[in-house]
This record gives sequence, C-alpha cells and structure tokens, in this order.
Amino acid sequence: MSHKDIEYTTVTEVAGPLMIVEGIKDVAYNEVVKIRTSTGEERTGQVLEVFTDKAIVQVFEGTKGLDTEKTSARFIGETMKLGVSKDILGRVFDGTGNPIDNAPPVIPEDRRDINGNPINPYAREYPREFIQTGFSTIDGLNTLVRGQKLPIFSGAGLPHNEMAAQIARQAKVLGKEEKFAVVFCAMGITAEAANLFVRDFENTGALERTVMFLNLADDPTIERIILPRMALTCAEYLAFDLNMHVLVILTDLTNYAEALREIAAAREEVPGRRGYPGYMYTDLAMLYERAGRIKGKKGSITQIPMLTMPDDDITHPIPDLTGYITEGQIVLERGLHKKGIYPPVAVLPCLSRLMDSGIGEGRTRDDHADVSNQLYAAYAEGCDLRDLVAIVGEDALSDRDRKFLKFADEFEQRFIKQGSHEDRTIVQTLTIGWELLSDLPRADLKKIDEKYIKKYLPKTKEEKE
Amino acid sequence: MAKKTQEGRIVRISGPVIEADGMRGAKMYDVVRVGEENLIGEIIRLNKDNAIIQVYEDTVGLKPGEKVVTTGMPLSVELGPGLLTNIYDGIQRPLPAIMDKTGDFISRGVEAYAIDRKKKWHFKPTAKAGDKVEGCDVLGEVKETSIITHRIIVPPDISGKILKIEKEGEYTVENDIAIISTDDGDIKLQMMQRWPVRKPRPVAKKLDPTLPLITGQRVVDTFFPVAKGGTAAIPGGFGTGKTVMLHQLAKWSDAQVVIYVGCGERGNEMTDVLREFPELEDPKSGEPLMNRTVLIANTSNMPVAARDASVYTAITIAEYYRDMGYDVALMADSTSRLAEAMREISGRLEEMPGEEGYPAYLASRLAEFYERAGRVKLLGSKDKEGSVSVVGAVSPPGGDFSEPVAQNTLRIVKVFWALDVDLADRRHFPSINWLKSYSLYLDEIQTWWKKEIGEEWLKLRNKAMALLQKESELQEIVKLVGPDALPPKERGLLESARMIREDFLQQSAFHEVDTFCPGKKQYEMLRLILKFSDQLQDAVSKNVHMDDIIKMKAHENLARMKTVPNKQFEKKFQEIEKEIDKEFISLIKGGK
Repeated sequence: MSHKDIEYTTVTEVAGPLMIVEGIKDVAYNEVVKIRTSTGEERTGQVLEVFTDKAIVQVFEGTKGLDTEKTSARFIGETMKLGVSKDILGRVFDGTGNPIDNAPPVIPEDRRDINGNPINPYAREYPREFIQTGFSTIDGLNTLVRGQKLPIFSGAGLPHNEMAAQIARQAKVLGKEEKFAVVFCAMGITAEAANLFVRDFENTGALERTVMFLNLADDPTIERIILPRMALTCAEYLAFDLNMHVLVILTDLTNYAEALREIAAAREEVPGRRGYPGYMYTDLAMLYERAGRIKGKKGSITQIPMLTMPDDDITHPIPDLTGYITEGQIVLERGLHKKGIYPPVAVLPCLSRLMDSGIGEGRTRDDHADVSNQLYAAYAEGCDLRDLVAIVGEDALSDRDRKFLKFADEFEQRFIKQGSHEDRTIVQTLTIGWELLSDLPRADLKKIDEKYIKKYLPKTKEEKE
Repeated sequence: MAKKTQEGRIVRISGPVIEADGMRGAKMYDVVRVGEENLIGEIIRLNKDNAIIQVYEDTVGLKPGEKVVTTGMPLSVELGPGLLTNIYDGIQRPLPAIMDKTGDFISRGVEAYAIDRKKKWHFKPTAKAGDKVEGCDVLGEVKETSIITHRIIVPPDISGKILKIEKEGEYTVENDIAIISTDDGDIKLQMMQRWPVRKPRPVAKKLDPTLPLITGQRVVDTFFPVAKGGTAAIPGGFGTGKTVMLHQLAKWSDAQVVIYVGCGERGNEMTDVLREFPELEDPKSGEPLMNRTVLIANTSNMPVAARDASVYTAITIAEYYRDMGYDVALMADSTSRLAEAMREISGRLEEMPGEEGYPAYLASRLAEFYERAGRVKLLGSKDKEGSVSVVGAVSPPGGDFSEPVAQNTLRIVKVFWALDVDLADRRHFPSINWLKSYSLYLDEIQTWWKKEIGEEWLKLRNKAMALLQKESELQEIVKLVGPDALPPKERGLLESARMIREDFLQQSAFHEVDTFCPGKKQYEMLRLILKFSDQLQDAVSKNVHMDDIIKMKAHENLARMKTVPNKQFEKKFQEIEKEIDKEFISLIKGGK
C-alpha cells in the first residue's frame, strides 16, 4: 500500500491553525494533506515541519470542528499544485483553487507547483516599456513599466481599490496592441470591494481576460497564505507560456501578513518586530520577486500589490518590508483625500525605481525626467512654505515664496486631482506640468535643461509680443 | 581526495534547517550533501550523534529518512582566471551555467563548476625553476580581461623551491603549471586554487590606509571620504538611494577590481548591473567596466541560508585579487539581509534571542566580516601591497538607525553615510545627510589631496561644513520668524549654504557628465562656490541688495558647473571666476 492511501487517525494536538499528526511515515516537507473531520467534511493542509514520526500541519480552512479522535489525515505525496490551461481566463476561484463561478472545473494542461522557482537573475530582461496608466501622478512622476512591482500604500478608508480598478481599466502600452490579461487576487477584502472590481471588469469587457482568486473577509484566514501563490503561478503560466502581458493586482497584503503572523504565533516562533515573524521579508519577497520579464519571452508580469498601512504608519513592518523589496511605492494620504482630491497620492514619498529606464525620448518624451524632477522640487518647496505660513503668516513671505506656495495648491488641484474616468495621456500630463511651472520664476527652473525650457515652456504674454 | 565521510539520515525538516542523526565525526561548518537530489548544506551545530544543517537550496519535498553525506570539506570557493565578468549565486555557482542547465528559473540540485574547466588561458611564466617562492609569490600571468592581468600566485600556505614551471602557452585551470618542492614533499600547482570562505586569507601585516578611494561622488570624496582598504556603511530607509549609491561606487571608484554582492535584494537590480556594466567605460582605461567586476547574486527570493555564504564568498574572492597586489572594492547590498538570515536560522535553532530577535553573535559576525577589509602588506618574498575596501548597505526597519544591525555596524566601520528620507523625498540625491554622516579618514588622506589636487582641500571642506552647520541653526529661527526677518548677513549665509547643497552636494547619477566628477573638478567647484560666498558677504556689508546678487550671471553659471564636461571644465571655470570678480565689483560700485 503506497503511503498516499494511508488515512492516519493519529491527530494528537490541535492548536490555532495547526494540527499535529503522529505515527506517520515517509512524509515530505511542505506536502499537501487532505483532512477529513469527524462529520466527513474535507479540508486541506500543508506540512510545516516534519520529524521522523510526526508532522506539524497548517490547516487552510481553519481547525474549527477538528478533533483528536476521529479526524483523519491523508498525505497526498506532492506539494501544492495549481492546474493551469488557457481556459483559466475568465474564471473565478476560491482560496483553495476550486472554481466558484458555477462553471465546470478547468481541465488542466499542466499542474504547476504554486511556490514556483526563483527567476535566474541572469535570465531576467530589464523592464523598460512604459505603461500609461492615465494617472498624472503615476505616469508623470512615478512611471510604471512592464515587469515592475509597484505597490500602493494606502490606509483604511482611502480609495485604493478605485485606483487599482482604474489602472486595470486604463493601463496600456503606447502604440501596441498585445495580448494582455489581469490576474486579480483578493485576500480578506470585503464582498463589497470585490464586487467593485467584478463590476468594473464586466463593464469594460475585461472579465474574459481576467482570472480571479477570491478569499473574502469572512473566508478562512490561512487560505490567504496560498492564495497569492496560486495567483502568481497562474500569472507565470499566462506570461511565460502563453506570451501574455499580465497585470497582477494583489489586495490586501496587510491581511496576508496577519495570516502569516497567526501561524508564527501558533508555532511559538521567536517574533520579530510587532510580532511578525522574522522571515516575513523573505516570505514577501517570494511573492513580489515573481514579477518581471525574461529574456527571449514575449510576456511579462507587472504587479500592483495593495496594502493598508495600519494607522497610516509607513514605518510599520508591512509597508516597510514591502518597500524594501518592491521597485518603488505609490503612497496615498488622508489629508489630500479629505480635501476631496482623487487620487489622493502623496507625491513626495512616492517613488518608481524603474522610471529612469522607461522614460525619455522614444519612450515618453525627451523632457520627461527634467519636468518630473522640477515638479518634485517645486512642490516640496511649496509644502515647506505651508508649514512656515502656519507660523508667520503669508505676509512675511517674499514674492518668490508666494509663487511657490500658490504652485503647491495649483499642483494638487490640477496635476494630482483628476476624474475617476479621466484617462490622461502622457503628453497631457506633461503639458499640465509645464503650465504649472510657467508660473514660477524662470531662474528657479534649475532642474530643467535650457533646451527643454526653450522648446516646451509656454510663452508669457510679453514673450509672445 | 580520500577523506573520511559520514552518512546520516534526516530526522527533522523545518524550512532551510534540517537535523540528521548518525553524524558523529562530522566537523562544524563541513559541507554536506542532503537527500536524493544532493542539495548543498553546511553543518552549523553538532549535538552527540546529531548534526543541524542549514541547506543552501529549497528543502520542499525532502523527507525524514533521506541520506545526508558529509564531504569532509568546509565551504570553499574556486579561485583562478575566469572569475571576472561572471555572475555567481551565493555558493559560487555561475548563473549563466545554471541557466543553460535548468532554464529561466533556478531549480534545485544543479551542479556547475565555478570556473570553466575547458577554457584555455594564455599563461606566461614570470618565475623560473630554481626560484624560492613563498605564499602569494607570483608564478606567472594570464591576461584575464582587457583591463586585468591575473597573476597566478602560490597559495598562501605553500612555500618552497620551484622544481619545474611550464613554459608560455595555453592551459586550462586544471593543468599543472608548476611543481614546488616543499618540506612536505612535492606539490603540483594549477592556475586554480581553493580557499575556505570563512577563513581570512593571511597577510604579512595590516597597514594604515592613507590613500583615498576616489569615487567621483562629490559628497563622498570631498565631504566624507573613504580610504583604500577602508570600511564604510551606508544605512537608509527604502527609497533613499542605497542601491543607486552602491552602483555608483561600483562603477566609478578607482579600485582595480570590484566585487558586487546583491544579498537578499531585488533580481532586477542585478539585471541592471548586468545590462549596464558591459556598456559603461572605465574612466581610466576606456574598457567596459564589466571587465573588472565579479557579481554575486543571492536575490531576496533565492534560498535564505545562502545569504551568509554569498557575503563570505565575495570577500574571499576580493582577498584573492588583493593577494595579486590589486586594490579591490567590495560592495555589499545589503548587510541587513544577511543579519536577517542569521536571525531566521537562529530562530529555527531555538537559540536564545538577543535584541529584536537577532542572535547574540550578530555583532561578532559583522565585525569578522568588516575586519577582512584593509590595506595590507602581502605575504611573499617581494614587498608588495594590496587592499580590500568594503562598503556595506544597511536597511534599517522604518529607516530608524537605532536598530541592532545599524548600531553594530557603526561600531566597526569608519565611514558613515547616513541616508535621509526627507532629502530623498525632495529629490536631493545622493541623500546623504551632511550633519549626521562622518568619516574618520580625513586626517589620514589629506596628505594625498594636498599633494595631488590642491593645498586647501581640508580647509575648504571644513569651511563648507561650518556653513552648513550654521545654516541648520538659522533654519530653526527662520521657521519661527520667516526669512525676511533675518539681517542681510544671515540671508547671505543661507544663500551660500543653499548653493553648497544644491550646486555641489546634489549630484545626478543619471546625467552623463554629472555621474562622475573628477577630484580636481570637485575641488575647483567648491573653491568657486566659497569664493562667491566670501564676496557675497563683502558685498552685503557694502549694502548690495541680496536680490541683485541672486540675479548675477555668475550665480546661475555656478549652478550649472556640474554639467560642464569634465574635459573642458578648467577653461570654463576660469571664465566663471573672472565673471564673479567682475560682477561683484560692478555691483559694489553701483551700490554706492
């Protein structure tokens, strides 16, 4: 009898999301376990630690209802796999990879290990293709490129989901029609938020190019550990086997990290910062690093992970560790949101690390880098002056300073703010930028090369005459 | 080699850590082969019959009962021609060879030689039969790349008389090229040698570093310089530009050989180096920068246990090139990931945690690593020198420098470049905070600057620092009363400080000219800005209005000095200097 057929009824301990099975033989690390409860319900688990005769198993659907008498466990002899095929597009799956759209199961062409393997850095292609999202704050100042991982750092109650849906709707590479797909992975978000995406995908007809993996707020927590891995395995298949450009939206990574902490606590591991496990950096990297391009392959994986910063604190371990792995970040700010500015992108702490390679002549426009730097610098100065005005009043400012102060306000109202269906081209974005800059003293445009000032700066009335 | 090996069985698997029994007789830090797939691991603890092993590859699918075999050897690297231009993983497997074997994704149990066994190198002997040689004496040369001549040296632990040495010709790294008669019998030498990574290669004597490592970065060279053979740490939160800074140092520093380790960082960053370095020219030789570079990549999604190994592999390769008499610079990005890997393994071993969960031996491990840097007198009968400079990035959680990795690093290194989130947010790059950073090499290297570049180097530097210090005090007042309330003298001072910040300290890594600034240009830029500052104070005291000064042509030209092409700067700067004199004279006249 192969060990796959043995049903062990030797569960000796159940604690939190974990279960201990004793008297086992020939069990592999990370192997999948099928669990049958005393009432006959089936659940799935995974081996977290294994000894010669004992295994510690994490149970994805929760341990409620398990007992140490009748519950049985069967080790299936392989690690977690996802069946993939081109029919996977347009489908919706739950946290353990079963379809929940009332359609028949996908007949897999291949079964892939959901943990994947690291891309050989030597095989990577450096991401350089500009993706136009239609948001000025992203395209103009923190450009997204194909194969990048660019997270949105948000807070509870901020419109990050609306933003992500809008990006999914508007994202395009200029001048090209190519096969694209969206992989949407929801970890512990509300049904309402999930519906927002579904509706949006339906309205734009994107649903048939979308694969959805849903674990909602009331679904079992531990499933959130495997869900993004399934989504990314699916994305890798679409990108590198079917040559599609895949946009992966992961939301909300904060819920993922909570699940990770729950398991670490149940295993009585030595906690790192704020109780999160010491290996959270590595664990998150295993997800984020699955974005990218590969030499000689047409497809690409671009990731937009979203997370809500607890208490809007960017130094909290979840955003902090994420920022160390991802290639930049888009940060949303409550203050702007309260002023009625959508998207409430706090420009100063935002960054796109791959921007420099994706912009400039032949990609966006020759003046892009300089304009972006100048807008940043001017807005930063304007924001500093606001603090000063709060103390000394506006009258104490020089003319020059007043111009910067006005610039900061205008910048928020005209450049940052845009409609939820406003799809700006990069040229429109840069034009707004130049208009704003034209109100500043010419001598202060030091970050812009003389030749671009001549070429693009709108002429003042006197100059026209 | 007929070494005694043990074979044991796996009894426990927990992530990258496994435990095996039947291992009595195995030695600490011996390399073992784990399971049917022959995964590579290293023994990190012994307890009676049991050994605890960290595995350098993914352990998914391993089962208790699978075999564990010791190799009887500590983790070692292969050293010889063929290292330069290559990219390795943490345990020195070449990534291009892995790609040939397993495709675009790295799978487990791959074996590949670090140094190509088939490639033939043109060996030219420089020693002859009958010569007495010691460790690190040169036997011959191989032109490894267009820039670097690889000196084939006697391994440090061998000395004796050359019985035979091959004549000039083509050899592989495994061909015997010399026979040495030693007290322990005759030893055949090849172009390739091995060295255990955790053991520093011996030197005759450590020397004081007195030469600067010129990096072409103004804030580094002029304000917080590092010496050849020195150590520096560059801590900063995410997005403050650590990696760009390390890339800049790897590109432009005047070391002869550069080792770059990506330890637990992004895959695309290594790709960036691989893409860019072959295209960039070494400012001295005009050859591709890649020809002097070795890359080690253990990206954040590659096995965590190999983080530690990657850094030791790198420093051992660095020491090897040092032993040929070269100045080597090692960039490690980031040492925090190394510390976190230690923490993870330590946690799995259930060791008593120290501060923030890091193991209690964190400080001593970091010290061991940085202490392998230095300018040294080499072993060998000839009186020769070499150096290894080490620059380590630190990624403190939340950008808070009070955490254990940053603090323990600062206790060891002599240069501290503090990256600042506020500066990065306003795109002041490099975002090195001038008030918090320091360098302890100023005194040692000022002789060089004075002799080679300009008499007043240290004086100018200190004057600029004093201005910046004064500015930060004045800023406090400005915050309360606004800038207009300040007397003209103070406003002038603020303007001078702003010019130092924006026109000197800020430097664009992405601008074709500004990315590298030669020492002489740095000196002249600072001298002109400070000259302007002096005349500004003089003019203000003679009732010249600040607004008129700001409108000066020279004022704008000073701001554009950094982008003046490096070949023409001397002429252009002379013009600017004349302009300063002329404009101030006419302003003062006009004021009266």
